Amino acid sequence: MVRLAVIGLGKMGLSHVSMIRVHPNVNLVAVCDTSGFLLDILSKYTGMKTYSDFEEMLRTESLDAVLIATPSRFHESMVRLALDRGIHVFCEKPFSLDAKTSAELAALAESKSLIGQVGYHYRFVAAFQEMKRLLDLGAIGKVTHVLAEAYGPVVLRPSGSSWRSQAKEGGGCLYDYAAHPVNLLNWFFGEPMAVSGTVLNSIFSKDTDDEAYSTLRFAEGISAHLSVNWSDESYRKMSVKITATGTQGRIYADRQEIQVYLRNTAETLPSYNSGWTVNHTTELTQPVWFYVRGEEYSAQLDYFVRSIETRELNNVNSFTSAAQTDKVLSLMRDDANGLSSSMPALSPAKPARRFFFRR
Amino acid sequence: MDKLLFGDNQFFGVNHMSEEKARAQAMRFQDIRSVIEVLTSAYDEGIRTFMCTTHDRVAEVAEHVRLHPGRFPDYQFYPCMPYAHKYANAATEDGVMGALKKFAPEGNIFGAAFRGGMSIATKDIEGITRLLVDSEMKMFNGLKTPVVFLQNVVVDFLLGLGLKQTFRYFADYVKDRYGAEPGFITMNMPMLLDELESVGVENPIVCSNINKIGFRMCGGFDTYERALRERQFRAVAMSVFASGALPADEAISWIYQQPNIKSIVFGASSRSNIRHTKQLVDKYSALD
Repeated sequence: MVRLAVIGLGKMGLSHVSMIRVHPNVNLVAVCDTSGFLLDILSKYTGMKTYSDFEEMLRTESLDAVLIATPSRFHESMVRLALDRGIHVFCEKPFSLDAKTSAELAALAESKSLIGQVGYHYRFVAAFQEMKRLLDLGAIGKVTHVLAEAYGPVVLRPSGSSWRSQAKEGGGCLYDYAAHPVNLLNWFFGEPMAVSGTVLNSIFSKDTDDEAYSTLRFAEGISAHLSVNWSDESYRKMSVKITATGTQGRIYADRQEIQVYLRNTAETLPSYNSGWTVNHTTELTQPVWFYVRGEEYSAQLDYFVRSIETRELNNVNSFTSAAQTDKVLSLMRDDANGLSSSMPALSPAKPARRFFFRR
Repeated sequence: MDKLLFGDNQFFGVNHMSEEKARAQAMRFQDIRSVIEVLTSAYDEGIRTFMCTTHDRVAEVAEHVRLHPGRFPDYQFYPCMPYAHKYANAATEDGVMGALKKFAPEGNIFGAAFRGGMSIATKDIEGITRLLVDSEMKMFNGLKTPVVFLQNVVVDFLLGLGLKQTFRYFADYVKDRYGAEPGFITMNMPMLLDELESVGVENPIVCSNINKIGFRMCGGFDTYERALRERQFRAVAMSVFASGALPADEAISWIYQQPNIKSIVFGASSRSNIRHTKQLVDKYSALD
């Protein structure tokens, strides 16, 4: 049995508790949060052991693993404390707010042979896993362009009182929403060589961005456009979609399905015809032990538990891979703020010349 | 319970197979009159129960039925509460506590309790349950609601957290206050049955995915089959076509080979589909 504790009982933390508590190979030892109300309810009704002090919990309990779902700015210190005690860590995304810190934490986990995993659950969505498989097999030939999108109805009016509405605490559409399609792009194509044309714009939020657009350039001439907006009410819930176009076809995937157009058949892909092949979540998704809000959330936790049991360090959502995403997010932020531009700032009074100079 | 219940996923852009299809349906049912038209067709085909989420737009359907008692004399609703996305999105925006506060009826002790940071005991979850049930039930005022369901996201979330006492509070309150039977929707049916039994909710109405290919039947196909054979509960089968992965005839003939199926909930957008499903159910349930 893996002895595990959960820290941070917000939306993600509570949902993790509900899945991990009933995992057959996990003993949920304790939960930790600063809200006395939630702790009292859990302790009163479920007998769960609760802490309001993370360090005290680490000192008192003998733990194999922790699951950290606190606001992003606490990730760094908590991950470090856990790793220093030799505890495996699952941390919510974004991993940290500073790419250098993320890389340090990744190195620390590696030096101690500890499992580090970050909650990029889209890598556990069957349609995106199939997309990854097809891209790795070169199914659509040489990829030339990718469109990575995420839309949803989170901030629809000027309000918001949680840390998620504060950019400096890791809130905002960039860290909350854009992180997911960026992370999928990293999984498919690695780290981009350049980030340009980034727009981080507020629609309703006072202190953070509600939409994010950017152009990413990867090796081998692959370009990607990122288009993200969490103030779009036309979406019922968060929707992430990736479209990849290549010399031999096109792949579109979202949480429900993967649509593949192949110009030719390939021996390595017996289940794909030339022309269109569509596969749905109903056929692609593997069953999980417990379902709350999507198989991928359960599957990523099961994967973490199995990685601990087998000491498999080669994690699909390793700290190193998450650090890559953190790096792209910070490059985007710099790009949007004009920090990474090598061009001198131009006078806004001369729009015609601006165009000229940018050439 | 009727053998066939009419579901509402198709009306509100929910489709487990395709986002494109979901959007096309959302567009088709943009005008509430299109929804009412399909419900009326279903009613005329003999399906008088609408098992519906407490989505804002259902309030408009409820109003229509209220205004036309002569057209829908024995119409009934099985409300499924709450519409969870509204809470989940609010939790991202305002935090878990903020979301709870936002949707609790105004001027109640619940808000005051949070503001005072009080850490309270027994009455609390029961009180929260009552307030949220009342707020979701408002739209059905004056209409028949013989069964009231708790939605699967909430049921499974509470099940995972171990807050099983809430099921009992919900069941008792729905019976006492609304004279209705409590129902529970879940993706983890075998586990839920154990927990309901342990808090004394007897012979419960439990709605879960039951389909020939085992789609979203957590705990495993065999465990579901055994539960249907051996446990005392009233099973409502949803996703019998596994979101379209199974042909209708095959799906329904299989369903009626299973013991203890009291109802099937299904969604359809055309009268011909509704009629076809009804005919299949009449045919195979008669053989049962």
